[in-house]
Amino acid sequence: MSETTSIVLVGVGGQGILLATQIIARAAIVNGHDVKTNEVHGMAQRGGSVVAQVRYGEHVYSPLVPEGTAQVLASLERIEALRFAGYLAPDGLAVVSSQAIIPVTVSSGQAAYPADAEDRLRAAFKRLAYFDAIGAAERLCDSRVANVILLGALSTALLLSQECWSEAIAQCVKPAYREINARAFEEGKRLVEPARSSIA
Amino acid sequence: MSQLTATRALLSGNEAIARGAWEAGVIVATGYPGTPSTEILEAARAYKKDIYCEWSPNEKVALEVAAGASLAGARAIVTMKHVGLNVAADPLMTLSYIGTVGGLVICVADDPGMHSSQNEQDTRHYARFAKIPILEPSDSQEAMDFMALALEISEAHSTPVILRSTTRVSHSSGAVTLGERRVVAGGSGFQKNPQRFVPIPLNARPMRVRVEERTAALAEAANTTTVNRIEWADRGLGIIAEGIAYQYVKELAPDASVLKIGWVWPFPDELFRAFAAGVRRLLVVEELDDILEEHVRSLGIACEGRRPGPWGARVAVPGIGELSSDRLAPVLGRESLAASTERSANGKDLPARPPVLCPACPHRGIFFALGKFDVIVTGDIGCYSLGVFPPLKRIDTVLCMGAGVSMAHGMQVAESMRETREEKTRKIVGMVGDSTFFHSGITGLLDISYNKGAAVIIVVDNRTTAMTGHQEHPGTGRTLMGEQTISASIEDFGRACGLKNISTVDPYDLKETTETLRRALNSNEPWLIISRSPCPLYTKKSVGPARQVNQELCRMCKLCLRLGCPAIEYVNDEIHVNEMLCGGCALCEKVCKDDAFEIARGACNE
Repeated sequence: MSETTSIVLVGVGGQGILLATQIIARAAIVNGHDVKTNEVHGMAQRGGSVVAQVRYGEHVYSPLVPEGTAQVLASLERIEALRFAGYLAPDGLAVVSSQAIIPVTVSSGQAAYPADAEDRLRAAFKRLAYFDAIGAAERLCDSRVANVILLGALSTALLLSQECWSEAIAQCVKPAYREINARAFEEGKRLVEPARSSIA
Repeated sequence: MSQLTATRALLSGNEAIARGAWEAGVIVATGYPGTPSTEILEAARAYKKDIYCEWSPNEKVALEVAAGASLAGARAIVTMKHVGLNVAADPLMTLSYIGTVGGLVICVADDPGMHSSQNEQDTRHYARFAKIPILEPSDSQEAMDFMALALEISEAHSTPVILRSTTRVSHSSGAVTLGERRVVAGGSGFQKNPQRFVPIPLNARPMRVRVEERTAALAEAANTTTVNRIEWADRGLGIIAEGIAYQYVKELAPDASVLKIGWVWPFPDELFRAFAAGVRRLLVVEELDDILEEHVRSLGIACEGRRPGPWGARVAVPGIGELSSDRLAPVLGRESLAASTERSANGKDLPARPPVLCPACPHRGIFFALGKFDVIVTGDIGCYSLGVFPPLKRIDTVLCMGAGVSMAHGMQVAESMRETREEKTRKIVGMVGDSTFFHSGITGLLDISYNKGAAVIIVVDNRTTAMTGHQEHPGTGRTLMGEQTISASIEDFGRACGLKNISTVDPYDLKETTETLRRALNSNEPWLIISRSPCPLYTKKSVGPARQVNQELCRMCKLCLRLGCPAIEYVNDEIHVNEMLCGGCALCEKVCKDDAFEIARGACNE
């Protein structure tokens, strides 16, 4: 089981988690691995918490990531990373966008959005890359590529070559968007560098 | 080795089922959308050059269309979610007697854990109930391969076959080796044979006998099929596993012997006996009901699973909810790694994030308007089920497809009889979506009209089957094949049912919607209100420009928060609009008494 690499992607319905999952899976296949993914469809997509998983290795049986075993947990929303923190292996890398999406349960007064989310993230994750993926995407003039920025960041924790990633992105996005997505991927890699040096 | 090539692809279980159908020469594919089954037919549509595909109005119709194609010699599939098979159960039970000519496979996707369903019924019961074989793949490759096998069984034994999937198989992807489409002989056309195809009692009695003979032959085949196989390893523990549970077992107990069941019913009794004889301790791992386990026990074989065996205590296999390697770990004596992480502490007290109606959803307008009246709302299956959550809280019951209409009538009858004894009773409103109305709402509406009911029925018509991902239906004017067609009118159905009071409202116009509701609720006659506006997720267009809050005008009355709009965020004692989420429906502007909502700076007016 130790030979299987597991990645968990979380966020809020509609953030582009499913495309990111596809790209990782294809990158792993191009690299010669067996791959399984799983996703959430239907009702849960309507603005609810969304989780998607990718596993690759010599032979992958279960599409589900056991808790405490993911090499990477990537989140497009800050408290969703906390909600699914249990998936990450003790030495795994958490890649978290600082974006806060306020749930209706908070706006309607039934619950509070934690003010100390960043502190909690730092306490929960030994290896944390925490940055504003939406802001970075907007600097690239397309807020929709935040998911690929996240991919670039999480790629630093995986042993998949750049060629695999480029090929996977080319397979998943239309030709007109390849360049912007390639730039987003590079930006994600750059953003995670400080976190990497801090653990070294 | 596993590069994606022309012959190797990354497919979800549902895509693999469709690919398998295409490769096996299927020429007719029907179904009704329902998570987690929907993508099968959407993927089949990619082969529309070779396969006729249709969204039928409901699952019963879909199965009957597929049955007709089969009797005419064509290979056919029909797709639905588990509860859809309840709707199609009537044709299913007798089609078992009549049998098939061209192969017919009923693809049913169960939803253990109820990710997107109202119950977690186990479709395997239906196979035994209808006395037809059922196959269950455990990954995408098997999903594709089992389709071909199912069609062969169907034709060899003249029986419909169920191909059962579950959410985790349907929505997981894996690498699949592709083949070519095989041209299957057939299509000879329908050959008249009343003794075979007309189950009047005289004919049905011999059919009934043939069903038993067929079952015996199928049981023999199930013992020798390659999809039921023993993987001998350590004989100390033997595990019988099927479907996705097989994958969890292989991951958690790589050293155990495994009897993998891919063809579930008729049960492969000889394999059960041979496997049990070869292992010292026998465990059955299956998701949902303990169908295999109960049967193995009935053969006089000692086993454990849901209930303990004779070997002392073992943690029971969970019978409620979806299985996972985490949930099975304690059963197999493996420690879950989850307990060793202390991270969970930081995830405590997080605000829940349930699914909600999207920003700019037209349903929000009708729910908000309903909030002004003391009514009971019998709801139905669709996005509008989400109206149950606070702050809207305008759905009081949900049962099944179409029940929003019929239950409103029953409740209104009961309330009106109470009226003679008590002073005040509440008016009943039934709510149903457009696709659900065509699926099962029309007969309920006819009942209300025919039996002189007085319920108010609201069809929330967003011009698509939204919850399952925007499928066409008889009202949309397009078919699954992408062709233009009639657009069935809900108003016309109301008139044909004899209703006199039919109103169509724009749910973003709160004033008009509220006034129409008031008139309907004050009446003693049945009303049909069509709340019509397209789903913005489907049209991919904002309803209007994004809004923002003018903090100088906002007096924090919080009325806008009662809309339950995800784009309206209340934090640090201020109300803001998340402009990235805002769809510009302007309902906030309409409910605000202080004119605090305005068009956002920089918002482009599309």
